[in-house]
Amino acid sequence: MTTLLVSTRKGLFTFEAHAGAWTLTRRAFVGDNVTLALADSRDGTWYAALDHGHFGVKLHRSADRGETWEEVGVPAYPAVEGEDEAAALKLIWSLEPAGADRPGHLWAGTIPGGLFRSRDRGSSWQLVDSLWDHPDRARWMGGGADQPGIHSVLVDPRDSDRVLVGVSCGGVWETTDDGATWTVRAEGMRADFMPPEQAGDPVIQDPHRVVACPADFDRLWTQHHCGIWRSTDAARTWQEVEHAGPSTFGFAVAVHPREPDTAWFVPAHSDQHRIPVDGRVVVTRTRDGGKSFDVLDDGLPRADAYDLVFRHGLAIDDTGDRLAFGSTTGSVWLTEDGGEHWSTLSTHLPPVYAVTFA
Amino acid sequence: MPSVHFTANLQRHVACPPRDVQGTTVRACLDAVFADNPRARGYVLDEHGAVRHHMNVFVDGEQVIDRVGLSDPVRPDSEIYVMQALSGG
Repeated sequence: MTTLLVSTRKGLFTFEAHAGAWTLTRRAFVGDNVTLALADSRDGTWYAALDHGHFGVKLHRSADRGETWEEVGVPAYPAVEGEDEAAALKLIWSLEPAGADRPGHLWAGTIPGGLFRSRDRGSSWQLVDSLWDHPDRARWMGGGADQPGIHSVLVDPRDSDRVLVGVSCGGVWETTDDGATWTVRAEGMRADFMPPEQAGDPVIQDPHRVVACPADFDRLWTQHHCGIWRSTDAARTWQEVEHAGPSTFGFAVAVHPREPDTAWFVPAHSDQHRIPVDGRVVVTRTRDGGKSFDVLDDGLPRADAYDLVFRHGLAIDDTGDRLAFGSTTGSVWLTEDGGEHWSTLSTHLPPVYAVTFA
Repeated sequence: MPSVHFTANLQRHVACPPRDVQGTTVRACLDAVFADNPRARGYVLDEHGAVRHHMNVFVDGEQVIDRVGLSDPVRPDSEIYVMQALSGG
């Protein structure tokens, strides 16, 4: 894939590769807060989620690869009888195609914690009541935001009825019946931010981002608030990876499309210091399921860098060789060889929230 | 007739020219505007019809009290201003 969509605090920027050189070719929503973009490979539609602050959250759709955009619907929370303070949409935190056999169907994870589905390419949205009404949802907590939110939606390529969602802070939830019922799947994770007796409670875990290998969907990775975990049994149990280069703290994770033991992370120092260790931006990569990690920094800044990479700030394309990541200080780097060498696309974009290949 | 005016900052996203409308409450007046301009509704009100957190509505220079029900009364010659609260950077 030779197009990269970069969602930033002040616009959506499109980079394209021509003859091996990546250049910024298109700017959309300049000045506006673009929090996330999706390029739907099923029909070529692009989506951009915006947060206008004063004017609320909006979703735009493009049928011509970003040349023109139209505003479409947004998820809406139900009114609660007798309550003035009903939940209201704060952020579209994840946007995913709902399976190859369901063209035009999408999932959206949001803050304050609702999962929504669209059957008409984002024109209208329906809340998944079964998860919203689940009694355990009351124990979800804010993490990185005042209210809890769904930032990861994983649709099993073998069965679109099976969906996993990652929640900060609410663990990982699985449905195998297209959203009718849900089971928490965070056994083995540990939340150091809780009192000791509650640290293992699956329902309050803070997986920052959850991914599964497309070719072997039972093998998953999460960059969790308290470290790195992996699962080799379809999320039923999770095992901690205790060492990964300079730090196991971070937000983003990418997994190879065909090699489930190969994953990349962009570490920060720690929860308390959300900056690179020693001012050096590095990417850590394992190829053996987390037993060992390479620390990759060729082409990345090696001193006085304070870049942080958010949950959706790291992306991999379907070749498995090309990855890109964008930072809070507006840098974007790209590799074509699995991270051995990185080239700089920009060092002065607005703060980057998300990158995705198209 | 009461008149409704919108902040210039909103015009960048949705054209909202001033309107003279019928109505005796803020809700009735805004509904009259949004009936002809449905896209604007979601920029001013949330999905429950309440004024968005960082928006302000003034009637004759006074901030409305009922930001959820928008029941504040409006006189036939009132001027309603839909503005944004100052926040962010």
